[in-house]
Amino acid sequence: MSQMQFGIFTVSDITEDPTTGRTLSEAEKIQDTLTIAQHAEEVGLDVFALGEHHNPPFWSSSPTTTLGYLAAKTTTLQLTTSTTLITTNDPVKIAEDFAMLQHLAGGRVDLMLGRGNTGPVYPWFGQDIREGIPLAIEHYALLHRLWREDVVDWQGQFRTPLQGFTSTPRPLDGVAPFVWHGSIRSPEIAEQAAYYGDGFFANNIFWPAEHYQRLIGYYRQRFEHYGHGTANQAIVGLGGQVFMRPNSQDAVDEFRPYFDNAPVYGHGPSLEDFTAQTPLTVGSPQQVIDRYAGMRDLFGDYQRQLFLMDHAGLPLKTVLEQLDILGCEVVPVLRKELAVNRPQETPDAPTHESLVAAAREADAAALAESGSESELAEVK
Amino acid sequence: MTDTRTITVVTAGLSQPSSTRLLADRLAQAVVARLGSVDNAADGVSAEVHVVELRDLAQDITNNLLTGFAAPKLAAAIERLTASDGVIFVTPIFTTSYSGLFKSFIDVLDPDALSGMPVLLAATGGTERHSLALEYAMRPLFTSLHAVVAPTTVYAASGDWGSTGDVAAYAGGGGLPERIDRAAGELAALVRDSDRSSRVRDPFALPAGFSPVGSFGAQ
Repeated sequence: MSQMQFGIFTVSDITEDPTTGRTLSEAEKIQDTLTIAQHAEEVGLDVFALGEHHNPPFWSSSPTTTLGYLAAKTTTLQLTTSTTLITTNDPVKIAEDFAMLQHLAGGRVDLMLGRGNTGPVYPWFGQDIREGIPLAIEHYALLHRLWREDVVDWQGQFRTPLQGFTSTPRPLDGVAPFVWHGSIRSPEIAEQAAYYGDGFFANNIFWPAEHYQRLIGYYRQRFEHYGHGTANQAIVGLGGQVFMRPNSQDAVDEFRPYFDNAPVYGHGPSLEDFTAQTPLTVGSPQQVIDRYAGMRDLFGDYQRQLFLMDHAGLPLKTVLEQLDILGCEVVPVLRKELAVNRPQETPDAPTHESLVAAAREADAAALAESGSESELAEVK
Repeated sequence: MTDTRTITVVTAGLSQPSSTRLLADRLAQAVVARLGSVDNAADGVSAEVHVVELRDLAQDITNNLLTGFAAPKLAAAIERLTASDGVIFVTPIFTTSYSGLFKSFIDVLDPDALSGMPVLLAATGGTERHSLALEYAMRPLFTSLHAVVAPTTVYAASGDWGSTGDVAAYAGGGGLPERIDRAAGELAALVRDSDRSSRVRDPFALPAGFSPVGSFGAQ
């Protein structure tokens, strides 16, 4: 795959179209999302990320089921989540579900861990939101071992202990799915991502850039501190949000009612203020190219760019048109522009193939070392 | 500790000019005067005063409630407030309590922003009958945020602006000028000992004892 991955993410909201007053049924919206994901591959995008929620108006409670279907319907699309709740899901079930998905998808799987921001989900799943960070830390410590050790004995604070437990199926080719840690503000999660040498995804779509410059800068610095490479080699992903028409005023006019009524920021800041303060870009494809080609100047060269395209009640036809513009006009130019002057040391976006190759290399190096040790022993 | 302290004045008056701002300015002047006070010249410190008019930030405050982030102007005001040595909060009393705009501003602050902060509380109103709102509404709000609240609060009713400041006229302890002076003295004493404005803040400071693997990773 390419140096950088471009894709889309969805939170799976079922929102009224403010221009028609029509709200899709769950059945309709689920089918639409499957169409959108497959269209992402058709227009040359690399990644589809699906959110996890456990309350209306969201439908995606079981992402690996949906991604399993998409694995069979696609051939190159990287399937991932935005996010998988590391706090309220049992880490054992996450280990099993994603290893299974990895086998079905031939390795085209990674996942993004998040804590979740819906208060009642914690008590619904028997947890306490005040323990959000400790849950994310402990659950991931277990998940990390379940994919790397065939037999795990484990005891923690939040789930029942394990003795002699083997999570099946074992990860494809013995290599765990790549993990991104998503956070919008917690340095603890940036620290965790840096400690493990995992990816850090800053979903920066609702907040100003300065905040994320600091947070990503912190992650990069800690990545280097923990010895995984230089700060420039840390694995960074960013969110984005765009709406495009050939004529930029048409884009603004068409998107404004969706913006003004959107669940997250509707009835608040003006479209103009929000566009100035966040990565939201509403205009011509060239305006989107200019804005997103500049992201690396703010955050450093990075590995994954995901766009929120399907939300706020936008109709299927519009979303598919947006994907056409994104995949055919915007991303090809961004790939070229972001490849220019990309430092040699900047890693490509991790894939199953690259992780398998790295694991084989590490094995070979370990073997060579033990070989030379035994040679030495013979000489002595 | 430097010889300069930073004081932020937060005023929630809605009209322009407002008596709330008038009270805020009187309090700020009195605190600055007390800090540079002559009774012990060696201890005199100068003060820099920043005034935050919440009316000017009203749109940003509402947007912050809805989106979760502060637009640049509001963010700058919050950052300066957090790094102050003391804060004077003045609100009009509306229907028995602080105004909605005032509370909305407090609600967008980080819950730790005022922890340990010396604060002086004051309010304006049409009649003296609401003066206890400072004690049953304002003080508990700042106590719950772990601010260090000066014992004297200052309430100015419309009538106070026409009073002589004659002690005998007020059974409870002085006219408006005396109450301002007493409260200013209390805040100045707290501000004088503060090193908040010269502290280096690390927004990424991890909680004490934090480990990225928790206590269960190294088994």
